[in-house]
Amino acid sequence: MADLTTDFLGIKSPNPFWLASAPPTDKEYNVRRAFEAGWGGVVWKTLGSEGPPVVNVNGPRYGAIYGADRRLLGLNNIELITDRPLEVNLEEITRVKADYPDRAIIVSLMVPCEEQAWKDILPKVAATGADGIELNFGCPHGMSERGMGAAVGQVPEYIEMVARWCKQYYDKPVIVKLTPNITDVRKPAAAAMRGGADAVSLINTINSITSVNLDSMSPEPMIDGKGSHGGYCGPAVKPIAMSMVSEIARNPETHGLPISGIGGITTWRDAAEFMALGCGNVQVCTAAMTYGFKVVEEMISGLSQWMDEKGYESTSDFVGMAVPNVTDWQYLNLNYVAKAKISQDDCIKCGRCYAACEDTSHQAISMTADRVFEVIDEECVACNLCVDVCPVEDCITMEPMKAGEIDPRTGKVVEKDYANWTTHPNNPGAVAAE
Amino acid sequence: MADTTTPGIAAGRESRDALKANFADLHAPYAPHEAAVAADRCYFCYDAPCVTACPTGIDIPLFIRQIATGTSEAAAKTIFEQNILGGMCARVCPTEDLCEEACVREAAEGKPVEIGRLQRHATDRLMAREGHPFVRAKTTGKRIAVVGAGPAGLAAAHRLAMLGSDVTLFDARKKAGGLNEFGIAAYKSTDDFAAREVDWLLGIGGIEVKTGQSLGVDLTLDGLLSEFDAVFLAVGLGGVNNLSLDGEEKSGVSDAVDFIENLRQVSDLASLPVGRDVVVIGGGMTAVDAAIQSKLLGARQVTIAYRGGRDRMSASAYEQDLAASKGVQLLFNVKPLAMHNGEIELAYTDGSDEVLRLPADQVFKAIGQTLVTDAGLALDGRKIAVDAYGRTSRDGVWAGGDCASGGNDLTVTAVAEGRDAAMDIHATLMGGK
Repeated sequence: MADLTTDFLGIKSPNPFWLASAPPTDKEYNVRRAFEAGWGGVVWKTLGSEGPPVVNVNGPRYGAIYGADRRLLGLNNIELITDRPLEVNLEEITRVKADYPDRAIIVSLMVPCEEQAWKDILPKVAATGADGIELNFGCPHGMSERGMGAAVGQVPEYIEMVARWCKQYYDKPVIVKLTPNITDVRKPAAAAMRGGADAVSLINTINSITSVNLDSMSPEPMIDGKGSHGGYCGPAVKPIAMSMVSEIARNPETHGLPISGIGGITTWRDAAEFMALGCGNVQVCTAAMTYGFKVVEEMISGLSQWMDEKGYESTSDFVGMAVPNVTDWQYLNLNYVAKAKISQDDCIKCGRCYAACEDTSHQAISMTADRVFEVIDEECVACNLCVDVCPVEDCITMEPMKAGEIDPRTGKVVEKDYANWTTHPNNPGAVAAE
Repeated sequence: MADTTTPGIAAGRESRDALKANFADLHAPYAPHEAAVAADRCYFCYDAPCVTACPTGIDIPLFIRQIATGTSEAAAKTIFEQNILGGMCARVCPTEDLCEEACVREAAEGKPVEIGRLQRHATDRLMAREGHPFVRAKTTGKRIAVVGAGPAGLAAAHRLAMLGSDVTLFDARKKAGGLNEFGIAAYKSTDDFAAREVDWLLGIGGIEVKTGQSLGVDLTLDGLLSEFDAVFLAVGLGGVNNLSLDGEEKSGVSDAVDFIENLRQVSDLASLPVGRDVVVIGGGMTAVDAAIQSKLLGARQVTIAYRGGRDRMSASAYEQDLAASKGVQLLFNVKPLAMHNGEIELAYTDGSDEVLRLPADQVFKAIGQTLVTDAGLALDGRKIAVDAYGRTSRDGVWAGGDCASGGNDLTVTAVAEGRDAAMDIHATLMGGK
């Protein structure tokens, strides 16, 4: 069986599945249960400065969107950082770390953007024996209005500055958690690196309103007739998170910067995908909040089985393997020609491919009176929409054409050589091939 | 107090509590959560096969999507626009042979979307609301006689009234509803649903109901045509096919339709007598309904004796399974020969000379129904000949439902024929065709 032991910044954990800094990691009781369930590590719910803790709303904190069968696809929250006293959290962290030395405990921090505030809290965190810190520069609600969280994460200079303070006053790994509520995520990542941070973690939650109550005309979650934007997470954000991860992983300036992947990771497969895009480990929250801590068992067994099947002996064997294949559109091979193919054995004749293609794409699927659906190669541009809307997995596939064959749509021979937009005759800025 | 072992034909074989449970809704209505889960399974197919399979062409994917998005009343309106008896059809349609058989999830998983129950969910919701969902068009000034207040007649009357004509709806019985009221198994139409549905349907207005009026007795086509602009006949099949057995007259032999009718109309099921050992002759829905309900009333042994094989039985596989699950024995390839003292003698129809005898305190004949009068119209076989529009051989007279040629004796088909004939009547009268 594959070894899932992960070394992230020198922090060892029995598997790459950490719980993200969030409600599940707010206190000793939860974290002990998580470790008993098998989680490899936790990022403790964000601590603030000493003094009276923040307060939370006393009404709904979460909103959701659903898929079929009320499967939770996206969750939004307006909860703030921990609302328990700093001392209590520090004592609990110390106790738990002592009892679970083989698990990773990272302490998430969010204090004002003043050197003294960091200087004050970092020795206290160091005293707990925790393995590292994560700087919460991401929360989009509540704290950002007070100049913390996303308000810091949206200004690369602040990130760099705070990261530097932390490296100065703390001698264990420093992870900077990035907000996705920014135009170009490469900038804050580079700033973290310049400040000396050991890693970045992303994404934090996305500004969101999950729904509007059409009776009270208020956003949900609704507090006494009003709603506020919250942080969006869960399976629905995974594509956004993976794109941001890949941007950092393939940016020459930040290439090689360790990344802890976060964003809608629900199954072992999601985790493997994030790791293939360069994440040394992953952090999970919504899946645990939806199904409980037990989900980690499937993540462990699934990743392990897949690694065995692929012959990977440790997670580092495949981390980053997909990064070289993330490219810009202009470098995609325009000589690659595929056609959709419908397996008549698997087709259940729902006709969704036909409706999608006929109404919204290229009129490339034919339908007979007895509901046989077939691709018209002369019209098919291989857009993949039919594959995406088909309810039966692998019923419709994209079959690449072989070099030398004639594409019935264009009448042109499929070329075997790679050619992209940069050299295409239709591109006014094309450069002549050397 | 009788019980299941009491010899002969006796009432009160089961307690009132047991009878109440036995005759409860065959498929309980969905709770809202169940409806949401069921609706989520619909794929919203293109040109959906379920719609094609529905004789009334209800836009099933649309109504299910309307349920899924929290607008069950809009869903019901989608149903009723095509099938004003969508409530009853949700209960009695053999969906396993129609929409649900065609459902792509039946092909994919062997588990279709439960269209019938979803339809019931939607229609129940709308029918529970005050008022009628449709309004009548501007008056046409036309008066139309609809003879027969069963599914075909009700559908035609409603459609004609909605289009603005005034309808007089005649029925031979004391109550409207036809087979919905008198002929369907009680556990498919609980809580007096058939009668409530008729009242709700009449809420459109413009329909005058006259009961106790039989064609050929109280009414003639000549008389109706002199008084009305058009006539729609939906008189059903009021007669029963004959089967003469030696010794039949003295041996508890009766028609299944009468038994079912009594069962539907009786106020106290415990007062309804049933044999200890019952044999039902036939292979259709009436045979199954009579057999199951005999069992539910407390008969000890109930057997359906059918002259053909299982595959020829017109009752669906689902209905056969339902009968079997209730403890009814299905006997194939046998025909009745004679009644003896408390026994029926059957002969095998498979070519062998063997005969068998079954205990039979009571025998129900369910070998098909017949037209009572042709009213002077051309026939196609034993039914009134009609064309694709429901037109008969006589100008101004349309026919539909079980009395007319074509069709398949299903409630939903009768509704479609009534509705479509109404559309043709309207077009003919208004277009002067």
